[in-house]
Amino acid sequence: MKVETLSQGNSLILLTEGRVDGTNAVDFQNQLENAIKGNDQPVVLDFENLSYISSAGLRAILVVAKSLQRQNVNFAVCSLIDPVKEVFVISGFDRIIPIHDSQDAAIGSFGS
Amino acid sequence: MRESYKILVVDDEPDLEPLMLQRMRRHIRAGRYSFVFAHNGVEALEVLHQDEDIDMVVSDINMPQMDGLTLLEQIPKVDPNIRSVIISAYGDMKNIRTAMNRGAFDFVTKPLDFNDLRITIDRTLAHMAEWRKALESRDQLVILQNELSVASGMQQSILPTVFPQGEDFKSFASMEPARNVGGDFYDFIQLPDDRVGLAIADVSGKGVPAALFMMSSRTLLKGSAIGNVHAGETLREVNDLLCEDNDAMMFVTLFYAVYDPLTGELSYANGGHNCPVVVHADGNYTVLPMTGGIALGVMPDFEFDQDSITLLPGDTLVLYTDGVTEAMNEEGEEYGMDRLCDILVAAPSIHAQDISDTIFDSIREFAGEAPQSDDITCLTLHRSEVDA
Repeated sequence: MKVETLSQGNSLILLTEGRVDGTNAVDFQNQLENAIKGNDQPVVLDFENLSYISSAGLRAILVVAKSLQRQNVNFAVCSLIDPVKEVFVISGFDRIIPIHDSQDAAIGSFGS
Repeated sequence: MRESYKILVVDDEPDLEPLMLQRMRRHIRAGRYSFVFAHNGVEALEVLHQDEDIDMVVSDINMPQMDGLTLLEQIPKVDPNIRSVIISAYGDMKNIRTAMNRGAFDFVTKPLDFNDLRITIDRTLAHMAEWRKALESRDQLVILQNELSVASGMQQSILPTVFPQGEDFKSFASMEPARNVGGDFYDFIQLPDDRVGLAIADVSGKGVPAALFMMSSRTLLKGSAIGNVHAGETLREVNDLLCEDNDAMMFVTLFYAVYDPLTGELSYANGGHNCPVVVHADGNYTVLPMTGGIALGVMPDFEFDQDSITLLPGDTLVLYTDGVTEAMNEEGEEYGMDRLCDILVAAPSIHAQDISDTIFDSIREFAGEAPQSDDITCLTLHRSEVDA
């Protein structure tokens, strides 16, 4: 599992890679929290290269989403492969975290 | 390394004590070493018994009453963590070998080179510091393992082992815990008018926090369900209570249904849990559609919709957790929904327990030697075809 950051327009993109499960969810959460520390730009979590996420991983995302929400910073996830999207849909997390097909679509959603 | 160490020096030579104190005075003044002295093995053991703070022993070999080699054998019986350095005559390889074989950490030779002795003592103490650190982390691990087994015991103890049944239905449930304590649970709740509440749930995360969250989820569900026949209402109430003070942001996916044995009606609400399957007598199956819910503990004031179906005679309701569908085989493939549905259709059964057993057997066969990473839980309810 890996998290890389890059700036795209006015947004902060977090590129994730690999599997997130019970064994590395805490590490995943720390990496996400470090990546958004001191940031006030909209955040996109790009899941294109994320192959699996467990409920422990969802919790890490929830922690990040809530902390951004408190700071009034926009947040979205994008490019989920089907099994990962299914985890979001089944758990109902798609109702509180906007999901987009691509980075561009996610960034575009912040403008409106 | 720790600040200060206490060293027991054992030698029948009376001159050694003042000499040692003099040559080591800088370390003594700096508070790094303190010395106690004994003049033979018997005396040394007495000192060791009385003073638990002694970290290491520096001992001569030839002494009256009890020699150094015998003392070496006795020291571990007092405290196995004490390290010993032997003082031997120069070139006395036989005694040096015996001392090392009896557990001496190192040796120095006579006439004593105090500089060498200091280096030897420091090296011994550095080794002890590492050793103590290793012991501490081992103890921590034991504590952690104990906590986990408490959590695991908690999880097992809240699961019902008696399953509701009526004239024309039987139910069954089983959970196979993962090694590191997951957060699955199921429950059966007796409701008014012979109705039965059925619940299956998966708490996010693992270990003690998950076990505690599971306990409160289960208690809140039970409390709420008893006063409420509306599945969606029940989830709304449990969700609001779980959202209060949920700083840890734990959550639980929970499917809850109320079954009415008189009519076969099953009304249900899904709080972000895997969709249950109903297997029909004719070999077809239905995956219960989502009800637009969300995992509990995430968002307060959420309205949970509910839906209902009627279990026809011969139908079996199968509730499961993601430990079933996400069980992995040795090649890293997931068991998956398709395999689950295939096995349910291929092995129709009229006993709730048989269906559950079939699922568990199938997962075990699929997983082979691959380790089980999550709890695996199934709850089944079968409505029989023949009216009693």
